[in-house]
This record gives sequence, structure tokens and C-alpha cells, in this order.
Amino acid sequence: MMIDKRNAKAWSRIGSRAAFGLGLLQMAEDRDDLIVVAADTSTSAGLDRYRKTFPEKYLEVGIAEQNVMAISAGLASEGMNTVCATFAPFQTMRCCEQIKVNLGYMQHKVTFVGLASGVVLGQLGYSHCCIEDLAVMRAIPNLTVLSPADCGETLKALAAALDAPGPVYIRLTGGTPNPIIYEDDYEFEIGKSIRLCDGDDVAIIATGTMVNASLEAAERLAEDGISAAVVNMHTIKPIDRHAITTLCSTHKLIVTVEEHTKIGGLGSAVAEVKSAIDKAPAQLILGLEDSYAKSGAYADILEFNGLTPALIARDIKAAFG
Amino acid sequence: MNAMNEQKAHVESMARNMRRTILDMSLAAGASSSHFGGGLSIVDIMASLFGAVMRYDPKNPEWDERDRFILSKGHGCLGYYAALAEIGLLSREEIQSFETTGSILLGHPVMNRKKGIEFSTGSLGMGLSLGIGVAVAGQRRNRDYAVYVILGDGELNEGSNWEAIMAAPNFKLSNLIAIIDRNTFQQTGSNEEIMPIGDIAAKFSTFGWRTLEIDGHDVGALLEALTSPRGDQPTCIVAHTVKGKGFSFSEGDNDWHHKVLTKIQYEAGLEELGVVRGDAS
Repeated sequence: MMIDKRNAKAWSRIGSRAAFGLGLLQMAEDRDDLIVVAADTSTSAGLDRYRKTFPEKYLEVGIAEQNVMAISAGLASEGMNTVCATFAPFQTMRCCEQIKVNLGYMQHKVTFVGLASGVVLGQLGYSHCCIEDLAVMRAIPNLTVLSPADCGETLKALAAALDAPGPVYIRLTGGTPNPIIYEDDYEFEIGKSIRLCDGDDVAIIATGTMVNASLEAAERLAEDGISAAVVNMHTIKPIDRHAITTLCSTHKLIVTVEEHTKIGGLGSAVAEVKSAIDKAPAQLILGLEDSYAKSGAYADILEFNGLTPALIARDIKAAFG
Repeated sequence: MNAMNEQKAHVESMARNMRRTILDMSLAAGASSSHFGGGLSIVDIMASLFGAVMRYDPKNPEWDERDRFILSKGHGCLGYYAALAEIGLLSREEIQSFETTGSILLGHPVMNRKKGIEFSTGSLGMGLSLGIGVAVAGQRRNRDYAVYVILGDGELNEGSNWEAIMAAPNFKLSNLIAIIDRNTFQQTGSNEEIMPIGDIAAKFSTFGWRTLEIDGHDVGALLEALTSPRGDQPTCIVAHTVKGKGFSFSEGDNDWHHKVLTKIQYEAGLEELGVVRGDAS
């Protein structure tokens, strides 16, 4: 599926979940080995049309994520290109040990998609938010962890995952309209970050919805005379060590921004690389607080946690001095 | 001797050899000890599967048309490795390397298709779901392999099993056969003491499975059950077994769940198997 202005706009309107379902619908046409395993999530994952169009490439397992994950692994063990999708907390943590044993330990090739990750479902409470998935999934050997920045990149990530040799977790963030980062087609490669704008002082490394917020923050910083580069780190594991190392030699401050707890996610992944670099610049980790205390509307939670463009710019300015 | 009797004699002989191999592996494990009791309770089931029932080609362990096997109760691996040794997929050296550093044979199976180990198991409650996935793949692709999954009765404490037990009949998986090693014990006591499970066959039946209940050490009964016509539902065979079966010092004694085998016990075990002293290699 080519990215162009029209598509980008249409996908943004329907959001990352529906875009994912739409993508699968198209990708299933020329992939005979594809099978989608659902946990009573056909509508949540935008898979209603898919379910009706490709019943032979669809398996409904019900609200039973542990079963979904191990059945998916069994299908994958027979060479079927298996995708499962449910809300991120249930997709990653309810069946965490099934992921470890079946996908990490045995390396069965399952693409599993965490819907509505981050805090977009804040109004439903933290049971339905997922602020921990990057940290938890990143700790499991042999998993690839992707965190696309917009709907177009969600489709790119999905296509890349289907072609990847091993298991991949794709984390979907944001609501509707979803941010638009890409209006033209581009090359997406797992493990290779993308620099979206140049700047000499600060390097902002962001992922998911925070890529868009960081681009807007960079514009605000420019008004204050601070020049910021913004990097889309769509792959959390394997992290792009080369890009991080380069940024550490060219910039005075490294900032990471993620819609995820500040513990164990993108910030930690970058810090792990940076810790081995001699005279590396300081790092500012922006993300969600280590707390389940305040919930509510999506925009309000982002505000509480300092994850709006204005607040990101404010914190970077304070740290840069 | 008719064909069935011949088959039965072959399986019984295989089971005897497997118990001998289990003694060797347990002795080799030394102080690290091994899951002796739960390995022995499945020996006759394993011998029936690998000695008579399952379709496979030892020269081509990854043959597409082979029947699939999953040892969901991965701690019963002594019985698994002993069967793979019998069909020539594991060498004497590999058997003797059990649980040593760098060995391919650890205390729970580690996936190694060339050696006939289809999946890594050991974390309880996952094997039946895996089996469903494998069975659905067969069903969707019109392949006629069967999927055999052995579960422990204690293992049924794990809730994830019940997700699988609920799902399998809904998918009409006639190619899926679950065998419950009903030895009535789990790690720290009897099922009755830890978490009574009641009538396992009745529970599976209520979920829509075809169920059979047999003596899991009666090879004739095992062969009959494992080859009975399957209909369009998955099959559950509740095999009543004795933990530690085969040796007077271990039968029905749950201390043998995971225990060190002494040289004296090893010798006594060989004698009970009818191996003459001095034959022990």
C-alpha cells in the first residue's frame, strides 16, 4: 500500500487500529499462508471486513489471550504466517509467559499487535491502558519490537513484520485523527531509525505518537533559538545503536519521548547504548510517570505527564539551559 | 501370534527398554536429580505412541506427514527421551549427557526437530493450546496428521488448559488427541490434597470431547483406545497410571516426583527389569 496524501488523510481519520485491519485485508489477498487469530476483537482491530472476506484465513478463539498466543504459535510452527491482535495490555501481559516460551524461547514467527497502547483509552481506566509493554516485551530475547509513528507507518511495520523471519510485536498508539508524519511513500526498515528534521543543539528521539508531538515541540524550540533534530525510533528492539552513537557525538543533549512509562522503554533502550559511550551528552527522559494515579481523557493524561508539544518544549528548554 | 499381539509384545518390550534408559539417565543426572516418577508413569503411553500408533520416519524426523507429538507435562521428559532413544533419534551418548552443561537434553524438552523434540515445554498449561494450533493448521490445509498431547493431571490446575479444552471441540478437531496421565499426584502431594480435580473424563465430556478412560499401563487397552475411530470431535483419553511405575521402590511414592537415584537403587531397578548384573553398561 503506497503512502500518499490522500491515503494518509484517510487512514488518519480511521486511526491506527482500523488502518491495521484495512492493511491486513489487502495483504491477505496475495498471502496464502496468512492467518489471523482473534480474541473477540474483530471489530476492535478493524477486522470485521477481513473476517467476512477471508473466513478461511481467520480463527476466532474468544476472550482467551493465553490460548490465542499458544494457538498462534502452533499455527506458526506449521509455517502459517500468523497474526494476532487485541488490546495491548491483554496482548502483552495477560499472556506474557506464552510469549516468552512460544515466541521468545522457541522463536515461532507470530506477529502480535497491541491495540490502543499507551493511554488513549484513559477514560476506561488503567486496566485498558498499556504503559508497560515496551519494557516487558523488550526484555524477552528474540523478539522484535516496533512502535510506528502514524497509520502509514503501521502498515509499513505490519508488512515488514509479515516478511520478518521471527516474532514481532507491533505497538499501536494514538486515537483519531491519528497524527500524520508521512504523506509520501518512504523506505521502512526494521532497526533503522529515520531522521525527520535536522538541528544542531538537541537530538529528540521519539516513538509512536510522540514523534508528531516532538516535531511540533522542535518548531517551538526553534522560536526560542534552540535547534533540535527529531528522530523517529520506530524500532525499539533491535535499537538503532548506530544512529544513537552518531547523535551522541553531534548533539549536546539527547531527549527521548515516549507514550510509555519512563522505566524500561525507549528512554532506557537509548540510555543502555549511551552508557557505553565515552563523554556522551546528558539525556532527558520524557514519558509517562511511574503511576496509575490520574486517569481520564487522553489529552488530559498527556498534559498531566508533560507530553504535549508545549510541555515537551518547556522541559527541553529547561534541561538545555 | 496375531498382529495385535505382536504389536503389543513389541510395545511392552520397548517400554521395558525405556525404563532401563530412564534408570541410566537418572543415574547420570546424579545430584541434580530428575523427575523420575512422572517420567515413569507415561512410559507405556509413550511406548504405545512411538512403538505402534504414531506415523513418523526416524530417517526424516521433519517429514511433513508425520504425526505431531507434544509433551505438555515437560517434566516427564525422561519418558520422552527414552522413547526417542528407542526409535534411534537419540544416541547413547546423548542419553548419558542428560542435564549436563551443553547437553541437548535438559530437564525439560528443548525444541530440536532433528532429534524428534517438536516443542520446548515445561511451563505447564501451554501444550494443549499449541496442539490446537498445530491441529487447526492440519485441518485448514487438508493434511491428515494427528496431534497427540500428553498432559498431567496436576497440570490441569493451570487455567489456560481450560481455555483450550473449551476451544478444541468448537473447532471440531478430530485430529487432536489429548492423553491425561492420571497418576493422581503432583509436586507436593496428591491431587486430592492440593487441588482435587474430580472426574476428568466427565469434565472433558461436558466441554464436548469424545472421552475414553483406561488403564494407562495396559498396552492392549492403550492401543485399542489410541486407534479407536475418532468421529469429528477431539479425543481425550484419561489414562490411569501409577507415578514411578515399574520399580517397587518408586511406585506410588510421591517422594520420587524429583529425586536422586542412588547406585543401589539403580542396581535394584535393573534387577527388577530382569537385567542381569554385569550387563549394566
